[in-house]
Amino acid sequence: MTLTEVSAAPPATPQVRRFRLSWQVLLLGVLALIFMMSVARTVTGANDITSGGTIGAAIGLAVPIGLAALGGLWSERSGVVNIGLEGMMILGTWAGAWGAIAFANPWAGVIAGAIGGALGGLLHALVTVTFGVDHIISGVAINILGLGATQYLSKLVFTGMKGGGETQSPRIPPVTDVSIPGIGGSLQDLEDTHVFFLSDLAGVLRGVTQHVSLFTIVAILLVPLSFYVLWRTAFGLRLRSCGERPVAAESLGVNVYFYKYVAVVISGALAGLGGAFLSIVASGIYREGQTGGRGFIGLAAMIFGNWRPGGLAGGALLFGYTDALQLRQGGTSVHALLLVVAILLAAVAVYQLVRLQKNRAALISGVFAIAVFAVFAVTDTVPEQFTSFTPHLTTLLVLSLASQRLRMPAADGLPYRKGQAK
Amino acid sequence: MTSSFSDRLLGRVRLGGLLALAAPLLAIVFAAIVTAIILQLTGSAPLHTMNLLVDYGSQPRTIVMIINLATTYYISALAVAIGFRMNLFNIGVDGQYRLAALIAAAVGGALVLPGPLHVLVTVLVAVAVGGLWASLAGLLRVTRGVSEVISTIMLNAIATGLGAWLLTTDRLAVAVSGSNNIGTKPIPPSGQFPGLALIPGTQAKVFGFVIVAALLGVAYHVLFNWTRFGFDMRATGRSESAAVASGVNVKKMVLLTMIISGAAAGLVGMPQLLGASYSYSLDFPTGLGFTGIAIALLGRNNPVGIAIGALLWSYLDNSSDILDLEGIPKEIVIIMQGTIVLSVIVAYELVHRYRIAAEQRRVSRQLSPGDPAPKEGAAV
Amino acid sequence: MEEAAISTSTSSATATELAVELQGITKRFPGVVANRDIRLSVRGGHVHAIVGENGAGKSTLMKILYGMQRPDEGEIRVNGSPVGFRTPADAIAAGIGMVHQHFMLADNLTVLENIILGSEPRRRGLGIDFAEARRKIQEISGAYGLGVSPDTLVEDLGVGARQRVEILKVLYRGARILILDEPTAVLVPQEVEELFGNLRRLVRQGLTIIFISHKLDEVLSVADAITVIRRGTTVASVDPKDVTARRLAELMVGSELPSPETRESTVTDQVALSVRGLTVRGGEGRAVVEDVSFDIHKGEVLGIAGVEGNGQAELVEAIMGMRPADGVITLGDADVSAWSTLRRREGGIGYIPEDRQRHGLLLEAPLWENRILGHQTRKPNVRGPWIDRAGARADTQRIVREYDVRTPGIDVDAAALSGGNQQKLIVGREMSGDPVVLIASHPTRGVDVGAQAAIWDHLRAARAAGLAVLLISADLDELIGLSDSLKVILRGRIVADVDPGDVTPERLGSAMTGATDGAYSTAPGATGAGGGASAHPEVTGAGGGASAQPEVTDDRDGPSPERRGSAVTDAPDHRGSAATDAGEEA
Repeated sequence: MTLTEVSAAPPATPQVRRFRLSWQVLLLGVLALIFMMSVARTVTGANDITSGGTIGAAIGLAVPIGLAALGGLWSERSGVVNIGLEGMMILGTWAGAWGAIAFANPWAGVIAGAIGGALGGLLHALVTVTFGVDHIISGVAINILGLGATQYLSKLVFTGMKGGGETQSPRIPPVTDVSIPGIGGSLQDLEDTHVFFLSDLAGVLRGVTQHVSLFTIVAILLVPLSFYVLWRTAFGLRLRSCGERPVAAESLGVNVYFYKYVAVVISGALAGLGGAFLSIVASGIYREGQTGGRGFIGLAAMIFGNWRPGGLAGGALLFGYTDALQLRQGGTSVHALLLVVAILLAAVAVYQLVRLQKNRAALISGVFAIAVFAVFAVTDTVPEQFTSFTPHLTTLLVLSLASQRLRMPAADGLPYRKGQAK
Repeated sequence: MTSSFSDRLLGRVRLGGLLALAAPLLAIVFAAIVTAIILQLTGSAPLHTMNLLVDYGSQPRTIVMIINLATTYYISALAVAIGFRMNLFNIGVDGQYRLAALIAAAVGGALVLPGPLHVLVTVLVAVAVGGLWASLAGLLRVTRGVSEVISTIMLNAIATGLGAWLLTTDRLAVAVSGSNNIGTKPIPPSGQFPGLALIPGTQAKVFGFVIVAALLGVAYHVLFNWTRFGFDMRATGRSESAAVASGVNVKKMVLLTMIISGAAAGLVGMPQLLGASYSYSLDFPTGLGFTGIAIALLGRNNPVGIAIGALLWSYLDNSSDILDLEGIPKEIVIIMQGTIVLSVIVAYELVHRYRIAAEQRRVSRQLSPGDPAPKEGAAV
Repeated sequence: MEEAAISTSTSSATATELAVELQGITKRFPGVVANRDIRLSVRGGHVHAIVGENGAGKSTLMKILYGMQRPDEGEIRVNGSPVGFRTPADAIAAGIGMVHQHFMLADNLTVLENIILGSEPRRRGLGIDFAEARRKIQEISGAYGLGVSPDTLVEDLGVGARQRVEILKVLYRGARILILDEPTAVLVPQEVEELFGNLRRLVRQGLTIIFISHKLDEVLSVADAITVIRRGTTVASVDPKDVTARRLAELMVGSELPSPETRESTVTDQVALSVRGLTVRGGEGRAVVEDVSFDIHKGEVLGIAGVEGNGQAELVEAIMGMRPADGVITLGDADVSAWSTLRRREGGIGYIPEDRQRHGLLLEAPLWENRILGHQTRKPNVRGPWIDRAGARADTQRIVREYDVRTPGIDVDAAALSGGNQQKLIVGREMSGDPVVLIASHPTRGVDVGAQAAIWDHLRAARAAGLAVLLISADLDELIGLSDSLKVILRGRIVADVDPGDVTPERLGSAMTGATDGAYSTAPGATGAGGGASAHPEVTGAGGGASAQPEVTDDRDGPSPERRGSAVTDAPDHRGSAATDAGEEA
């Protein structure tokens, strides 16, 4: 899953040992994946795994995860670990709802959500950068604070409103949906025929072209934008250098504190946007406990994506997809997915054996493939409770099986104080 | 070492043993001021609110509730602190205690044993489950180098899913009569931990488990300050490389510490389970693990400090119930708690920096009077 | 200080010729004065060396000149005009660049990214103009023969190449004045020679270089002018043509130099530690220690000589059981190959680690807890599973007394002590365990002269009492002076046995680089080595300060009068010493 940057920019910094994906390879990969899912669908009859509804829901669920993950990326690239993402996201849900209602405009809510999250980020920056407190500790405290502040504020603000209450807001004015016109109906028809591969392709296309919220489009655009800013501008280079070797940056006149502050505030704003998406688009209402740990899943997606924008987008999509399956015949759909996982693992095993000559790794992958297939063969359904922790389990597996391929910023989480350069 | 604003600020403070005490007190005062400002801004009278908290919090019944909740918090914070002492962040106390309480409740409800033995078996099951669940994070860290911060966060979510799966009527749960709640089969009286009528003026009893918690605090202190094992743990926490060179098997220590921390976490749900609810149902308290982190930080991993922190936290939680009746959102105390944690850790950090610099100044002053010698080791 | 002050020979130069001029620079840190009344005049187009022991205040001075620290008093002039730098950016703008001792490079960024960081060429004001950056880097790299390719990741580069990246970084910013802080510390001899070639090329093109070092032979071979710093102040400015290495060393130390020599042999025929066929594999399965065998007898000091990074650290860690290894290690009669570190320590192996701050001490724990470290299973520290506080404290008091650890008490944190006192505590602790074998890895690195002499005395006394010592050191004089037998390690293999009674540092140095005897003359230290060797008769002592061993000088490579031509070997491990050095001179 090395979905590295999908930007079309010329490879100005060719990373010698890093495998780079081109458009063609990516497209082929996606088609291959759809093909495998099509096989799984045909074998199991779990028609929902490639339906347009599922794909659409997956994208909607991936957005808040992806935004939180982007937030994590910005912060950690500057060397500040941010497990306060959850708290900042919570602030975003409330602020987003409040802004949209108070100004009767969903986009005002979007901005308010970003500001709410950014305030959490500012606090995190103050505590970790200025006062040098351990990043994890500060993050835990911010999660507590974010929860308390929103609960307090919603009791104070939403209780009196029509349709609002102690733990929820009134309806929020919606953000406009857009669709590519004229193809929705025919795609739906094709999908309903359940023809091998073609219907699946139609389902995926319908999911990504019909009824897509403008907010979703903005969120998706933030991924290449983050890549561009972080990897192609002077600002981004300086910011990343703070996460890799802050003393080196300092010795070249880079104001490390400034970049860390900016990064963590942007991180909070992105997490806040993720929260605002949940309240404004996903639910149309603020509800207490709405984030459901998505800040942590965002963190997981970022790690899964190896601290790269393209990778974390892939992680967010994967986690959003499993989330979506839960809503649509969760048990059988996830069960069908096991077959895809088994096939993928088998492919990995063959690749390791033939191309990389790694017998032991291939054996392990092979055993896993057989085990997953065995589970698939002897059960009919996966308990829906289990699907809820798919992202977390995936992250643990990725961390424990591929940790040597992960590359977090070298100075991530380390304390830094000005003037200590040797 | 540049002198930052905060250094200069603290440079005017005289160093003494009192400073370590003054730091948290000042932080709490600071948090109170922040809270007062928020109250004022949102249209509630701060003094009136504080009065309400004090009045309600000093009623006998509330005191019992404060002690009971503090007992739970205390154990949770100790579990976290065990890891902290070795620089391990066991963020997974939350998942560990929930899974442990659920399974222990199921076992306790299913068993028929004589009194104390029944309690003992239930508690031991909780300890074992907590330790086992935490050992996963320990194993991942030791064998695969996975940060325990990430793995325990993920394991929390997995524990939630597993718990939800186990707590269905197909498996461990039965319907709770008179509601749409479900829970494990209630633990019979032989497996319940008797309460203590400590506080006069109320029928409510203090959890008997408070004694276990106190013993746990003593054990914690003895372990870290008086035993070789505790020394090895502290040494590893301070410098892993030095510990390795001194002959400590760091991997073993990491695994053991995670297991001990998890085992202690297994006890977190016990006061509630054995003293009040006797069953693990959908409304069993959650999030105690995160509170434990905050309280361990407040108490600086010191058993007495943690006790004070737990009581403070519990006091705020319980006495705030009155606020809603008075039209003040009681969540103001969560804001206050969060502010206390943040300002306390900042205060400790500043005091810590100041102490190191001051001690180096003191040593070089005492050793070379009048000789302005350049000394190494000024910056650590 | 006055007694050692020599007139500043360059002070007659007019201001316009001076690239850098410092007047009366003083810098105080809490409790210490790092620089006091520094005076320095650097001519344009010169290589100007600043020598002094570690801890003498060189690095602080350079940080001031580079804007990383602000002086409390004094004036800095660059090209004749006074300047006041607030940040490195100001210094860079004034044409000053610094190559740090510990490279300021981010491993996970490319060479290009590292170089342009902070002064990136822009394209339309936003994105980085990578093409322009690449062109400029290749242009500079070509002009000065640095041979740097812009698009590799820094982590894939060797030490020499990294240093060239550092130099390029400075040149890229248009610096005309280069500060090089201990540039040769991490280089092997060939790389040192290459570096000096590069420096000469730079100077020919009109650049000014300020070269900080404590390796006198190197300084003598490359510098056009030398300024000596001792205890935070400039004590002399000399012309390299008029001075010997010995004289420079005395100016640096300010007193007669102690000698590590050991006289009569105490070697017995009982083998205390025997190593057979020891092989340690590194990350990629490559052998970093290969088939090493030796015996150490009771009462014998076995020295291991070698350029750092040739497997010494791994060898020590393998013997201590901290690193998996193949081969057989026998302690007395017992095969300890499968024993844990703890058991080996209990079995009687004492260990003075190379990096005391990372491996020898708990910096934020009081001294008496540090006494327990490494001996947490033995009396008087423990009784059964319990810590014996009273016993440990009493014994710590004894160590403080007997080993002359200067401290106000045993309840202060180890971090508060100076390097020399930390090391004396470690030596005292390891000796207190009644060791049969002592592994002493750079036992006097980074300690002051007084502590150095004391540690040598303790080692000699223990040897006389029958202790077997494995001595690893970068200080060839220390090795030759203390050892009863010497082995040379190169690329993980023992390549030569040397009789310490019959070897000069020069010959040992060439054995260490794998060169034959004659080939050494091409090595960079050659000139200086000659100077040092010829300096023997000139032991004059430096004035009245001779009797006082200054506690403050924090010397890394033990100054000793004999054969001070050991530059080649003097390569402090940059990996390990990063932590140590963070604490020094800060």
